[in-house]
Amino acid sequence: MSVEAREARQPWILLSPALTAVGLLLFVPLMFIVVYSFWLRTSTGADQAGFYLDNWREALTDPFYRDILLNTLKIAAITTAVCAVMGYPAAYFIARSKGSKAILLLLLMLPFWISYIIRTMSWINILGVSGALNTALLWTGLISEPIQMLYNETTVILGLVHFLLPFMVLNVFVSLDGIDTTLEDAANSLGATKWEAFVQVTLPLSLPGLAAGGLLCFVLGAGTYITPLVLGGPTDAMFANLVFEAIITQLNWPLGSALSLMLLAVLGVLVTIYNRYLGMAQLMKGLG
Amino acid sequence: MGWILIRSYALLVYLFMFLPVAVVVLLSFNASQFGSFPMTGFSFRWFIELAQNEAILRAFRTSIVLGLLTALISTTLGVLASLALVRYRVPGANAVSTLLIAPILVPEVVLAVALLLFLNFLGVNKSFALLLFGHVIFTLPFVILVVQARLVAIRRDVEEAAMSLGASPRQTFFQITLPLMLPAVLAGALFAFTISFDDITGTLFWKPGGVETVPTQIFAMLRNSISPEINALGTVMIAMTVGLPLLGAAIARTLSTKSGT
Repeated sequence: MSVEAREARQPWILLSPALTAVGLLLFVPLMFIVVYSFWLRTSTGADQAGFYLDNWREALTDPFYRDILLNTLKIAAITTAVCAVMGYPAAYFIARSKGSKAILLLLLMLPFWISYIIRTMSWINILGVSGALNTALLWTGLISEPIQMLYNETTVILGLVHFLLPFMVLNVFVSLDGIDTTLEDAANSLGATKWEAFVQVTLPLSLPGLAAGGLLCFVLGAGTYITPLVLGGPTDAMFANLVFEAIITQLNWPLGSALSLMLLAVLGVLVTIYNRYLGMAQLMKGLG
Repeated sequence: MGWILIRSYALLVYLFMFLPVAVVVLLSFNASQFGSFPMTGFSFRWFIELAQNEAILRAFRTSIVLGLLTALISTTLGVLASLALVRYRVPGANAVSTLLIAPILVPEVVLAVALLLFLNFLGVNKSFALLLFGHVIFTLPFVILVVQARLVAIRRDVEEAAMSLGASPRQTFFQITLPLMLPAVLAGALFAFTISFDDITGTLFWKPGGVETVPTQIFAMLRNSISPEINALGTVMIAMTVGLPLLGAAIARTLSTKSGT
């Protein structure tokens, strides 16, 4: 074999273990559940191979699934909006701070490293019947009985915001940090007020970061089932909870496959639109 | 004026992020027998009970073994792939990159279902092996992103210098490239371990009955009520997840100052 041919082959040898892993553990399984979603669960508990449209008919037409899907998208949208409103000014503060940006950013990223389940359950300590807030309110005499503040849609959103905010801050920060601050000075010297300079110069330039953070918050938020289980009430199930129910509790794997693919399709459309207009590079900047 | 406003707002955001976590730590030292306010005194009793709880210790062992194996496999695959992408001109490098990070673009629930059903079809039941496969596949993209970002910073001239001084490619790799890469490799491994240790979304799908990792154990305990033991366990987890990356960063810094880059 020639030297060039060996040179050309080398990267593929290095890549092949990782590519094989992704192929066998992600892409083939995804294709497999496409097939599986057309199988049928029979009353005996065995899955009947074949081409049945029953699962898809149920998943796509049953108003129960549709309502929960819409509700899931609503919760993810509110979560994303709250993350943007909370995260943008915080990221702006870090990016324009005179102090050590690295430490400020690290501080805000620390919770990102703290266990998701611990952070989620920590809200029970704050909002629970004998949590910090109720204890404080009782002590001040504002209330005479503890209030039930937990286990509703608001606490689900609260938990999700707490989980996802670091993703938003990081992405917006990366974007803001890359903007030349002399641009704002130029706008100011041309007669713009600080606010005008921000709205017309800085904000538009930071939109890619905001979009990347928003996409991550939305997709991760819409795919969760742990937060509703820990902080939500019985009626606060999200779409991923239906998948979990179908697969783990009811053992109806064909239906679970169809539901998973539905979730994948809805979120995949968003990722594709994002990729079409903004490209994956921005997202990688924030992740790496 | 405007800046003061932004500062106070940012301070509130920081408080929002830290307050719940701080309360977990605070309550874990509460002497009261309920995992809640009011604080009745300072005590280590919940940590002592934690250390005697067989189920939790078993969960810790499972999580640590799983995390270490995941880190080992995922880092090996990730470093090889990153080397290829950074050091060679790969035709279609962009497409290859996208393929490799696909596991984090797919919602984890969907990944979990697909892997569970497919491997079950192949005869692999819910087992430790399934857990390991799952953890490897979704930590791999993170390792690749982290390692790639650091590999780019290693200058090629150093390797070329070694080669021009007569080192063979193998010698160059083991004596020059690998030591320079070590911080990146460690960072990737640490990232994989932490993500694996913390995972619950996929783990609940893949774990066999009776096997618990630390997060699933906490989740199961939450079903009853929030006990002071959970807060103590939370404090241990916080110390671990915050301490490990800081330790890793410190090691990486020491290593890179030693090697003079």
